Amino acid sequence: MPKSAAPARDPDVPLSEPVADEVKYSTCYMCACRCGIKVHLKDGGIRYIEGNRDHPVNRGVLCAKGSAGIMQHYSPARLRKPLLRVGPRGSGEFREIEWTEALDTATRWLGAIRASDPKKLAFFTGRDQSQALTGWWATQFGTVNYAAHGGFCSVNMAAAGLYSIGGAFWEFGEPDWHHTKYFLLFGVAEDHDSNPIKIGLGKLKGRGAKVVSINPVRTGYSAIADEWIGIRPGTDGLFVLALVHELLRAGKVDADFLARYTNAPWLVIDGEGAADHGLFARGPDAKALVWDRRRNEPASADDPEAQPALRGACTLPDGRRAVPAFERMAARYLEERYAPDTVAAATGIDAAAIKRIAAELAQAAFSEAIVLDQPWVDVHGRHHASMIGRPVAMHAMRGISAHSNGFHTCRAIHLLQMLLGAVDTPGSFRYEPPYPKPIPPGIKPARPAPANTPLAGAPLGFPQSPADLLVDAEGKPLRLDKAFSWEAPLAAHGLLHLVVANAWKGDPYPIDTLFLYMANLSWNSAMNTAGTMQMLTDRVPGSEEYRIPRIIYSDAYYSEMVAYADLVLPDTTYLERYDCISLLDRPIGSADAAADAIRQPVVRPDRDVRPFQDVLIDLGARLKLPGFVTAEGAPKYPGFYPDYIVNHERRPGLGPLAGWRGADGTRAGQGPINPHQLERYIEHQCFWRSEIPAEGRYFKFANRAYLDWAVRMGFLDRAEPVTLQIYSEVLQRFRLAAQGHGPVQPPPEHRERVATYFDPLPIWYPPFEEELPADQPFPLHAITQRPMAMYHSWGSQNAWLRQIHGENCLYIHRATAAAHGIADGDWVVVESRHGRITVPAKLMDGVNPSTVWTWNAIGKRKRAWNLDAKAHEATRGFLVNHLIGELLPERNGYRYANADPVTGQAAWYDLRVSIAKAADVPVESEPTFAALATPALAERVPVLRYGARFRPGRRRP
Amino acid sequence: MTSLPAEPGARRLGLVIDLDICVGCHACAVNCKEWNSGGVAAPLTDLDPYGAEPLGVWFNRVHTFEAGEGAASRTVHFPRSCLHCAEPQCVTVCPTGASYKRAEDGIVLVNEELCIGCKLCSWACPYGAREYDYDAGVMKKCTLCIDKIYNETLDARDRVPACVATCPASARHFGDLGDPQSAVSTLVRERGGYDLMPEMGYAPTNKYLPPRPRRAGSAATPAELAPAVPAGSGGFLAWIDRLLSD
Amino acid sequence: MHPALSVILFTTLSGAGYGLLAWLGVLAPAGLLPADRGFGAAALGLALVSVTIGLLSSTFHLGHPERAWRAFSQWRSSWLSREGVASVATYVPALLFAVGWVVLGSTAGVWAGLGLLAALAAAVTVGCTAFIYQSLKPIQRWSNGWVLPNYLALAAMTGALWLAALMQIFGLDPLAGTVAALGSIPLALALKVAYWRFIDGTASRSTAESATGLGSLGKVRLFEAPHTSENYLMKEMGFRVARKHAAKLRRIAIGLGFVAPFALTLANLALGGVSAMAIAVIAALLGTLGVLVERWLFFAEAKHTVTLYYGQSTA
Ligand SMILES: Nc1nc2c(c(=O)[nH]1)N[C@H]1C(S)=C(S)[C@@H](COP(=O)(O)OP(=O)(O)OC[C@H]3O[C@@H](n4cnc5c(=O)[nH]c(N)nc54)[C@H](O)[C@@H]3O)O[C@H]1N2
Ligand SMILES: Nc1nc2c(c(=O)[nH]1)N[C@H]1C(S)=C(S)[C@@H](COP(=O)(O)OP(=O)(O)OC[C@H]3O[C@@H](n4cnc5c(=O)[nH]c(N)nc54)[C@H](O)[C@@H]3O)O[C@H]1N2
Ligand code: SF4
Ligand code: SF4
Ligand code: SF4
Ligand code: SF4
Ligand code: SF4
Ligand SMILES: [Mo]
Repeated sequence: MPKSAAPARDPDVPLSEPVADEVKYSTCYMCACRCGIKVHLKDGGIRYIEGNRDHPVNRGVLCAKGSAGIMQHYSPARLRKPLLRVGPRGSGEFREIEWTEALDTATRWLGAIRASDPKKLAFFTGRDQSQALTGWWATQFGTVNYAAHGGFCSVNMAAAGLYSIGGAFWEFGEPDWHHTKYFLLFGVAEDHDSNPIKIGLGKLKGRGAKVVSINPVRTGYSAIADEWIGIRPGTDGLFVLALVHELLRAGKVDADFLARYTNAPWLVIDGEGAADHGLFARGPDAKALVWDRRRNEPASADDPEAQPALRGACTLPDGRRAVPAFERMAARYLEERYAPDTVAAATGIDAAAIKRIAAELAQAAFSEAIVLDQPWVDVHGRHHASMIGRPVAMHAMRGISAHSNGFHTCRAIHLLQMLLGAVDTPGSFRYEPPYPKPIPPGIKPARPAPANTPLAGAPLGFPQSPADLLVDAEGKPLRLDKAFSWEAPLAAHGLLHLVVANAWKGDPYPIDTLFLYMANLSWNSAMNTAGTMQMLTDRVPGSEEYRIPRIIYSDAYYSEMVAYADLVLPDTTYLERYDCISLLDRPIGSADAAADAIRQPVVRPDRDVRPFQDVLIDLGARLKLPGFVTAEGAPKYPGFYPDYIVNHERRPGLGPLAGWRGADGTRAGQGPINPHQLERYIEHQCFWRSEIPAEGRYFKFANRAYLDWAVRMGFLDRAEPVTLQIYSEVLQRFRLAAQGHGPVQPPPEHRERVATYFDPLPIWYPPFEEELPADQPFPLHAITQRPMAMYHSWGSQNAWLRQIHGENCLYIHRATAAAHGIADGDWVVVESRHGRITVPAKLMDGVNPSTVWTWNAIGKRKRAWNLDAKAHEATRGFLVNHLIGELLPERNGYRYANADPVTGQAAWYDLRVSIAKAADVPVESEPTFAALATPALAERVPVLRYGARFRPGRRRP
Repeated sequence: MTSLPAEPGARRLGLVIDLDICVGCHACAVNCKEWNSGGVAAPLTDLDPYGAEPLGVWFNRVHTFEAGEGAASRTVHFPRSCLHCAEPQCVTVCPTGASYKRAEDGIVLVNEELCIGCKLCSWACPYGAREYDYDAGVMKKCTLCIDKIYNETLDARDRVPACVATCPASARHFGDLGDPQSAVSTLVRERGGYDLMPEMGYAPTNKYLPPRPRRAGSAATPAELAPAVPAGSGGFLAWIDRLLSD
Repeated sequence: MHPALSVILFTTLSGAGYGLLAWLGVLAPAGLLPADRGFGAAALGLALVSVTIGLLSSTFHLGHPERAWRAFSQWRSSWLSREGVASVATYVPALLFAVGWVVLGSTAGVWAGLGLLAALAAAVTVGCTAFIYQSLKPIQRWSNGWVLPNYLALAAMTGALWLAALMQIFGLDPLAGTVAALGSIPLALALKVAYWRFIDGTASRSTAESATGLGSLGKVRLFEAPHTSENYLMKEMGFRVARKHAAKLRRIAIGLGFVAPFALTLANLALGGVSAMAIAVIAALLGTLGVLVERWLFFAEAKHTVTLYYGQSTA
């Protein structure tokens, strides 16, 4: 300390203290966006986690969550050792065990299942970023009961996209941030591409492009949008189809784009009642037919000489009548029921605004078209001097998908894009490799396998006709979650939200073991939360046996779900393990390049925990699963996950990582195994990126250069064009079956439903909750939003993030609140057909008056996450999940899932509620649940002085 | 030294924050906390971190306001940190000389060795930019990442404040507001950047760029589309043929 | 502003102490006080002890009391520093004055000069205290011309009340003290009421609109605070006292601190008698108590501009 009280000059501040002894690159996992990170290590501790500027996903930025990675890594909620349940399920009473005991136990349980009936293992993997491994493991084990979290997340977006344009909004594409002039954002608060979308919006605003956000709530992105459309939840389909109506009425469509790249000209057979009604007329080669305007005769859809007509009925040589799909489509949407004036009331958007937006779309697409002088050649060998773009981009996520009409609404958005010619053109939505894929992708869900045999193929896929469904002779589901059954025929991601309920009921059949990974299924990802906890702990009447006999769970932290497991396999944190962000899984990358990435351990675990992927590979070997053992029965991947990442091959030359393949590491995409592949990745900041040739970056669905490149990379088998589907023949096949045609038909009770919702053209219908009793006691919509600074349940253990979102409240429009006599800060009782909660209220202006909302997943179970029992997450925070039923009310004797009838996507945002001022202020938000007991976890420090030891000038231990 | 620099230096380093682009994501706030937790002001202590009343030291906090009435009302995200004022009373009121403003770049800092924790400077800051560390018993505040922006051990491109480097929307800019030619000064001129509470007379260095007016319609586009000219023959879709190029 | 007990105690006690010191330093040389040594010792003792207690208590709220000495260094710019310097400087003439009076029994000549000097230093110290608050722009209810006169008058008033009480205790002719009290109470009350009038009557200089610069969009309301959890700023500066509650306390302060002491002192002047001593002591205690309440309000009613970022529309 200087003796002089007032130093004559400013004190010396250590300005150039070295930040780190060592910098390691890896990939963030504070959410699913998978940004590149630079981890600065000092004296063996983590000094600073920084965004990697060179990384294609985040270009150097980190979001709030990523910036709090240090607090996640050192969280006192981290599990420390394998746990075996000793108390009753749900109590949280465990005994710590050694890994050998844990693995022996799991092997014993699973081995018995595989030797009898493999599908009695239900393996569901939540927020899994290694689905290429876990799915393959399930295949080798031989259980069809496998899926990750997509079913309750956004399968509506994935399915609608993959069945319409061969790509999807959900991670498989992005707006052309560089050229877009007009951007429509539907129902997005945060997105999976958390950072890219923020970077992109910054770009658009900087360039002065117009951003329109369609969202009942005006926060986040909607707050900075040039125009906010506060739509009534569940009505986007009407809004979008009204835009379609306007464009058709005015003849503002890209006719050439439709004729060349979509199935608009394909001839649809018109024979009401016939078995081929609504299917495409096909030539002898099974190729769809179009009507050649010049020769005035049918021609093959891929005859480049033909000039296909988009309108006019025609008679085929065999006498059948047919019309181009375009005419079928146009005729429907020109009807008055889709006129802006008709839909205004239902959507809460005034007709003038809808008409104006349609005009602005047409203006941007056709009067402000952009031309990149980049010659290219299409699959038919036609040369194009330049790339003509429709600078209108759209993006949509869960505001669309989390409704029971989400599949069709998302298809309607894709239809709008196709009409404007705004798919993968300069300025529009763009595919990210490995997309586009054939429509739908060729994989079909595998059928159940006998004992000790792998499945014939992957458990999840894309049915193309009723014959591909997983149903028995009576049409009963073959999967526990009823995916690919008549209740959810296109459930491409499974239905994780039904697993617990069905396992408990033994419907369609009882299972033995529920094996979960990374899903907080007893809490924020459950519908009917209280009921779910009940089912997890319910016993067989008159016995000690649980209705769900066994539950194995792998988590890294003491989440609400851990307490319900019989055997807990503690995982590492994302900074302690290898991971593989594979193109075979959910790809990263951008529209200009393919990319994949890895995580590498940047610090060594200080606890007795193991990476789940290592454990899974170990179990695979112990169970002697084909592919996990050598011919001699020895473990095939003794080095576990890193070993697998490098040496596993799906087919010769195609492995988890596409970069630096080949013995010498010079091959990209495909190539022989490179034993030094991981070193190459680590040398290159843990990611690989390969650019698409310049002439192949747009019109990928029909671009020769792109398709050839994609084949070389192994993304496509053949360089064939992908024809975009405004009209879905696949959906029509299911409808025909429901109308009594074809070998596989739905049981009578499902016919009407299938016939209704499998319309080959996008339709709108009210979310199912709205069809409830006409005397609606639940006048308001209740939805949630992602807080940008919190990740589902797992951010609450984070000492920094929980200061920002440590409790939540119900946001209500001022006028609505006034009408209910509710003031700011009052406690309100919120009731749905399923349940009631009592929570604090907050008033605002920027929300649709018929809508109330809250931040998602802030509420926590007492003592979960090793938080103090008095933590506000448990005493003031809450979940709306307590209000959401997993089943719809009975309808002619049957209760369908609270989900989309096409894909089975959970309909979180259909929720309807009533609100009232609470008679008396409760001590805590209700309902309340018993506090969990906690296993041996790290102690919670009363004062956190993180980083003190890094302070420049301080002597360090 | 508590008295302000005799003649204020020409360099005035500071931030320009674009309220038209800020999405309120808190990345700047958390990354600030992360960087500074190990920097010259370390630690940014958190009391009761896992309990009922967590209370941490943060140099940057992101508020959200609603402004205006009815359809015209707006939501605006508003990050708030030290503005490194030119006339900062937080410095002049300090009895010990702990609070000082650097002559060479205008950065306002606290010398924790001298600070007695009387809190008077926080009373003197109109903007709530000073944060008391109860555990250390000293005042702390935004350092403008002085140990990052001048850090020669870092790549030159990384010598910007943590909050600026991490902002996903690029709503934060860093530079010399004393230099009229600098990018930040130009931005302030072009976008009408303004001072917070000018009436206080603290002459903040940091500037805020106002949200741009919203755009519903525009003169360029018609209020609605004209119906397609129905051709004599060909029924309701005749127009489509004309759109097809042969 | 959060009314920290240590600060309230400090300003009230030292205020009274300096007030008493000032009266002694002025009245004794003027020969208006009996040269009784015992009385001198008691009076000066009480003044310096309360000042000292006040100064010490002011260090309780410091994060680093052991470094308090550093606070003397910045007298060039900081009123807090100046207050420190002035308060210490005051001891010098005050103690010498005490030597003259108590040891040598003289308050004349050079000792008189020292008395006047001590009185001046006391006034200056109280002035510095006032300026600490008056100079804080973010707190409009402090940064106004009424604060300085208020502090001076209240110090004089409490000092006078103590003086009168002491003279009664020592059975001396209390006239000087009584007159001083009767003179300073109405003055202090008038200034306090004027201060309250002023803060109630002046519009807030800063608003949520000027704090955010978003006024052009219309009325500005907080939608979400940065954190759901507490922070230092709101603990320290977010304190709010309800209007009704404040009004009640103002009435109490006026009754306890001004009206009652004035009435009692007046009664003493008229009646005198055996109960006089008790009455004068009660008057002094009530006056001091009243000022404590007044001082609590001085903080509780002060609004800081930072609250404009946390939901207040004016400060
Ligand atoms: N009301 C309402 N409910 C919703 C939603 C909504 O919008 N509203 N959203 C739905 C959606 S889209 C989703 S995706 C789900 C998400 O809900 P969940 O799938 O339950 O996701 P998280 O809450 O993130 O929990 C994932 C679990 O993974 C654990 N975990 C974290 N890191 C690791 C790790 O490294 N290894 C292992 N083994 N485990 C780890 C966490 O501790 C946590 O227990 O919520 C759904 N629920
Ligand atoms: N910070 C953070 N990032 C995350 C996550 C997280 O928990 N935290 N979770 C990740 C996961 S699992 C997912 S699935 C993605 C989801 O990313 P988003 O799709 O952004 O998920 P939500 O927050 O559910 O956003 C739904 C938005 O739709 C609006 N909405 C609700 N109903 C309707 C409707 O009917 N119409 C329209 N137009 N809008 C509607 C809601 O107001 C909300 O703004 O985010 C991912 N990223
Ligand atoms: S968006 Fe944030 S949390 Fe998600 S990966 Fe990127 S930095 Fe990490
Ligand atoms: S990081 Fe950027 S966008 Fe996010 S809150 Fe801070 S300034 Fe706003
Ligand atoms: S913002 Fe506050 S702390 Fe920063 S310089 Fe200005 S007055 Fe001082
Ligand atoms: S708290 Fe420290 S820096 Fe602030 S005024 Fe007091 S001594 Fe100076
Ligand atoms: S400049 Fe540095 S210290 Fe200041 S707010 Fe930004 S990150 Fe925090
Ligand atoms: Mo999700």
